[in-house]
Amino acid sequence: MSGFDLKRRRFMSAAAAAAGVVLAPGVTLYGIGAAARGLDEPASADTRWGLLIDVNQCTAGCDACVTACNEENGLEGHGRPATDAQWIRKVRVRNPKTGTETHLPVMCQHCAEPPCVDVCPTGASFKRADGIVLVDKHICIGCRYCMLACPYKARSFIHEDLSDQKPHAPRGKGTVESCTMCVHRVDAGGTPACVEACGENGNGAMLFGDLNDRDSEISRRIATYATHQIRGDLGVDPGVRYQNL
Amino acid sequence: MRALVLLLVLFVVPAAAGAQDGRVPGPVIPKGKGDQCVAETDYMRRFHMRELTHQRDETMHRGVRAKRFSLKECVTCHASTDPDGQPVSINAPGQFCASCHAYTAVTIDCFQCHASKPERGGQAGLPAPFPVTAATAAETLR
Repeated sequence: MSGFDLKRRRFMSAAAAAAGVVLAPGVTLYGIGAAARGLDEPASADTRWGLLIDVNQCTAGCDACVTACNEENGLEGHGRPATDAQWIRKVRVRNPKTGTETHLPVMCQHCAEPPCVDVCPTGASFKRADGIVLVDKHICIGCRYCMLACPYKARSFIHEDLSDQKPHAPRGKGTVESCTMCVHRVDAGGTPACVEACGENGNGAMLFGDLNDRDSEISRRIATYATHQIRGDLGVDPGVRYQNL
Repeated sequence: MRALVLLLVLFVVPAAAGAQDGRVPGPVIPKGKGDQCVAETDYMRRFHMRELTHQRDETMHRGVRAKRFSLKECVTCHASTDPDGQPVSINAPGQFCASCHAYTAVTIDCFQCHASKPERGGQAGLPAPFPVTAATAAETLR
């Protein structure tokens, strides 16, 4: 099966965004929630953002998603892999019986029932109405309970003073951070940087969309093919799904 | 009561007048880009932090990205550029935030995490930064 066709998706979303129905002069009904959301409007629970990753398309040497994430969010290593911030990582899974190797990107899984939110003592770790799990660094005290609670090892703690952060991705010493599903892009009607890079420089293994919208590409694929949530048995209902895992 | 009024007349009024005519040294605040701020100067001086904190919670937790009291927009308008056209950190000594905050001895924590310079170049899906023309750059440096 071929990878996700980013160009087609872009065309479709552009077409969908333009597909507003004019009911009366000045009254327009828009079919798509996210693209039509104004700057003044809050995120809605009608939407649940999610990712679908086709593991068969993801190859060993490719790190387009990781590079794009680091670039987009201004993550720079200090040569200390044990503590350097990692919002997305490539994981190699090997079946010892068959020797089959699988490569997949793992990031914050944006759980519907996030354990990081359950344990946060200050309310800094929270889930937005549209399912994106974030850290409010204004409130984070850097206790790192969320890092312990996360089954996916998705969160990082910032150990060093930082400078020259990206304006859309504030980061600072003493707080915990993780994948934001590029919330600044999503709020502007875009797709996460990793998904975009996977389509352009990678193998088109990643698909971003609204899990609550039955007509979205991601929902149709999930309805058609068997997909897998990593550690789905934990009952946290991740918003990131894997195909062919 | 009379003593209080006298105190006010003696100290507050001359201080206010002095700040304007240069007898009392006040902070020198670089001018921002554009004609006017998002609210009256007096209001912004007193309540900018209230508005920023409110906007911060709205944006962070509800995804409301209204631009009026966005810190990013503050930086975009109020950050200066040096003679080489490079953006200068808004909390560097003498710059917009730092000049007043140094004068009033109030520490700013914002820029430990937030970018203190406007974004360079455009970014897909996001509005391009405020265009810096030669005229506005000269105005900022004046």
